[in-house]
Amino acid sequence: MEREILDIAIFTTIAALAATIVMLPPGIALAWVLARHRFRGKAVVETLASLPLVMPPVATGLLLLWLVGRRGPVGRMLEPFGLEIVFTPVAVVLAMAIMGLPLLVRTARAGFEQVTRRYEQMAETLGARPWRVFTTITLPLASRNILAGALLGFTRALGEFGATIVVAGSIPGRTRTLAVGIYTYTETGQDARAAVLLVISVALAFGAALVANRLAHVD
Amino acid sequence: MREPVRDTRESPRFELRFSLTQGTFTVAPDLDISARAVALFGPSGSGKTSILEAVAGLRTPQEGRIAVRERVLFDSETHTNVAVRERHLGYVPQDLLLFPHLDVRQNITYAPPRRSDLDVPNLTHLLGLTPLMDRKVSGLSGGERQRVALARALHSGPDVLLLDEPLAAVDLARRRLILETLVTIRDDLGVPLIYVTHSPDEARAVADYAIVLEEGRVVAAGPPVDVLP
Repeated sequence: MEREILDIAIFTTIAALAATIVMLPPGIALAWVLARHRFRGKAVVETLASLPLVMPPVATGLLLLWLVGRRGPVGRMLEPFGLEIVFTPVAVVLAMAIMGLPLLVRTARAGFEQVTRRYEQMAETLGARPWRVFTTITLPLASRNILAGALLGFTRALGEFGATIVVAGSIPGRTRTLAVGIYTYTETGQDARAAVLLVISVALAFGAALVANRLAHVD
Repeated sequence: MREPVRDTRESPRFELRFSLTQGTFTVAPDLDISARAVALFGPSGSGKTSILEAVAGLRTPQEGRIAVRERVLFDSETHTNVAVRERHLGYVPQDLLLFPHLDVRQNITYAPPRRSDLDVPNLTHLLGLTPLMDRKVSGLSGGERQRVALARALHSGPDVLLLDEPLAAVDLARRRLILETLVTIRDDLGVPLIYVTHSPDEARAVADYAIVLEEGRVVAAGPPVDVLP
């Protein structure tokens, strides 16, 4: 296999893994809050959390570009430190994490909802404080769904295109991912390369989705 | 308000005076008693479990006062409502709620021990759990699960053990053994019991005080031989 193709596959896998790690803490926290709490504005939070699923990915990318670009609020904060996100591997990870987050939140939330409150109450009667109840009872009992959600998020990250190309571009050896690579090679008539990337994409996505589905549905 | 039933023997004191709405009726015990083991007796849906859950802190009464062994756990007048985790009560619900992802040892030791005589070696010996310690709880029989739940509650060194129909899923042969163990827990370990049951025989075997409930009302209270059918 060509070095460039291999590099794209490795970079995409590492970036998707990093995005999954990045999305896990906020995703788990958001899923738990939505599963366990009622509060004013919950419907708005639920809608915002699923927005990347229903919005055109390119639009999500454009929003990200405004946010982290040099003139954006986050970009301006980072500029004095010489840090820039746009058109870097960090932008790829960020785009992937944003696009994968809704799948993680939905699946993990279902997991938290399946954990009966009575197990948590039982732990409380045994003297456990809320953090201990969460880490020793709630989280382990919801872990199958959380893992399934993380895998779905990873799969989504692997195939991310629209947001990535807007916020990170298609710089060979720097920000070019599998999906962006397929597009670029197809555009430039390099069909054989595009076909190899396509096969790799399908294989990776199939494997991850298969495991995620088994985790979500098998008792 | 009628006069509460009183018992003056040298035994732990339980003050149960509260009202708690349950469906179409209100559970409203008004009792100040001293007993080593209290049986809450009555048909299904009479409010027995509600009283137990109110003592455990899992349900909050609309008003009233709950004190166990001179320790006030709930008092609506002083806005006292001790957190569940700080009540130091060993609760064994009817469905046991053993943590399915933990093995027997991890279930028993979930709470840090508060009494040295209720450590793992003593408890496993008392309840015959030594061969089961590394087993998963999903593979245990009804009687084994019951004993693990008892050991878990006792390991926390509770001031009182709250038992909700503990023999419901246990076969007849095991019932006698568990009842004997409960008497040992009550007398030798000195852990008072509040015991929910709809069996007069169980109530008589374990309790020295019985409260008979019907639709939330206390219809009789006193020594089991006097008040149970």
